[in-house]
Amino acid sequence: MTVAKEMRVVKDVTCPFCGVTCDDLEVHVEDGKIRDVKNACVLGKDTFLHHLEGLATPRIDGKPASIEACIEAAADILARAKYPLIYGLDSTELHAHRKAIELADLIGANIDHTSSVCHAPSLQAVQTVGIPSCTVGEVKNRADLVIFWGANPAEAHPRHPTRYSVTVKGMFTPQGRKDRTVIHIDVRRTPTSRMADTFIQIKPHSDYEVFSTLTALVNGHDLDVSEVGGVPLQEWRDLVEVMKGAKFGILYWGMGLTMTRGKYLNVVALLRLCQELNRFTKFLGAPLRGHGNVVGMAQVLTWQTGFPFAVNMSRGYPRFNPGEFSVADLLGRGEVDAALIIAADAIGNFPAKAAQHLKSIPLIAVDPKESETTKVAQVVIPAAQAAVAAEGVAYRMDHIPLPLKKVVDSPYPSDREILDRIIARVLAKRPDDGAKRAAPLPRG
Amino acid sequence: MAKSFILITGRTTKQGRTIHLGKQAKDYIDEVSALEMNPADMEALQVKEGDRVRLRTDHGSSVVRCKKGTVPPGLLFIAYGQFVNALVGPDTQGTGMPNTKGIEVEVEKDDSG
Repeated sequence: MTVAKEMRVVKDVTCPFCGVTCDDLEVHVEDGKIRDVKNACVLGKDTFLHHLEGLATPRIDGKPASIEACIEAAADILARAKYPLIYGLDSTELHAHRKAIELADLIGANIDHTSSVCHAPSLQAVQTVGIPSCTVGEVKNRADLVIFWGANPAEAHPRHPTRYSVTVKGMFTPQGRKDRTVIHIDVRRTPTSRMADTFIQIKPHSDYEVFSTLTALVNGHDLDVSEVGGVPLQEWRDLVEVMKGAKFGILYWGMGLTMTRGKYLNVVALLRLCQELNRFTKFLGAPLRGHGNVVGMAQVLTWQTGFPFAVNMSRGYPRFNPGEFSVADLLGRGEVDAALIIAADAIGNFPAKAAQHLKSIPLIAVDPKESETTKVAQVVIPAAQAAVAAEGVAYRMDHIPLPLKKVVDSPYPSDREILDRIIARVLAKRPDDGAKRAAPLPRG
Repeated sequence: MAKSFILITGRTTKQGRTIHLGKQAKDYIDEVSALEMNPADMEALQVKEGDRVRLRTDHGSSVVRCKKGTVPPGLLFIAYGQFVNALVGPDTQGTGMPNTKGIEVEVEKDDSG
């Protein structure tokens, strides 16, 4: 007798890979395994197709253990820690974010997430000067000038150009690509340059200078120099005319601005340029966000604590200070004495010295898959992968929340359930916590 | 002889795809250890496509393989991964963000093996 295979197609699935957060995927499932994915880019497709490769296993000190024992061991570490860190949270969903913040509040932890090492300088710039911005839907329907600066969406956000910004046809852009001028500005040619009408190659570390030049030109000042950023001044004059002549311009920027010298000041200069252009036309700016749901974590952290990243709860109320409570600095200075890394591979992505400190302290890793972090963690708790084996909510790069579906089953609990169970066990170990936290805090 | 360059890190499609195979997978390691260099710079360093070069900063060093690229002279590109992490320092100038792009590196041919 042959057993009938379970075959089903799940429609309108949301992809968790990048901040484009495509919500039109069609996933074909056969006997609990994903066999095919329609509509996704290659990055999204591989996220689903390889969902069973390299799965993590529950263990304590390298030895197999039950999930319950792992949660107990994690709670032990966190209840005892004096200055713990909770970090990661990009590859998970909103309810797990809420639980992670609740846990940070309970144990007085530092809480930071992957934004800290990607678009945190953009968040700081927005705090400094504000942002004229819009959703991707407005870009699709209205933008006739799209500039990508220090960004490579052709490789990092493959469907952004086809869904929202380059070839897509919209209400006031009925001819799609023909109705848009696309400009790419970067220190090197990339596949994004090939999508553009014009590519302007600038020298590394010259972004701030170029933005300042463009702002001066927009304001009617001319400059007594022949070139800026390695580009003849006339080219910048021409660009300013194109920007002022657009009906609806958008400047998308990437980590070419945030990870390089100047950091948030580059983005401040960009946003000021966009603001000045609004004296002539509609001109907006937006960061190309996302690995995973980084935008979601910044949203949840902001609505719960008032700050988008690098938050410290050790005094019983949230404090924000990049450079002090940001993950690279906390680890680089060797300050934290225990860490919970969830839905991110900290050790695989951090500067060597920061990773070294993580290896020297009690470390808990919650992840669906093995990583450089799970390899060395004292406690490894495998989770059901959000958007694949656990439902939830993700934020698209323009701050629109979208539902994540559970497409297949996992033998492991979701991130939110794991965090909830850790919280319950920490509370059981520190019964006086609730009472202490209700008491008024001393001044200072 | 060592030569100074500016190193840019970033995403590539192949890095994004092969990461799902695991960070020990050959395809992933091949992608994140490939250093794009301008052909004129390769000639000056006397290295060919596939040759090993050592990158060095104040924070550490890494050995990677050279690949002809479209980067301008003086600039190098490598995909995010463990090879570049060794070169990045933890200082963030109070911003939280380490210097992950525009890193000043010394490059020399590696004949050690």
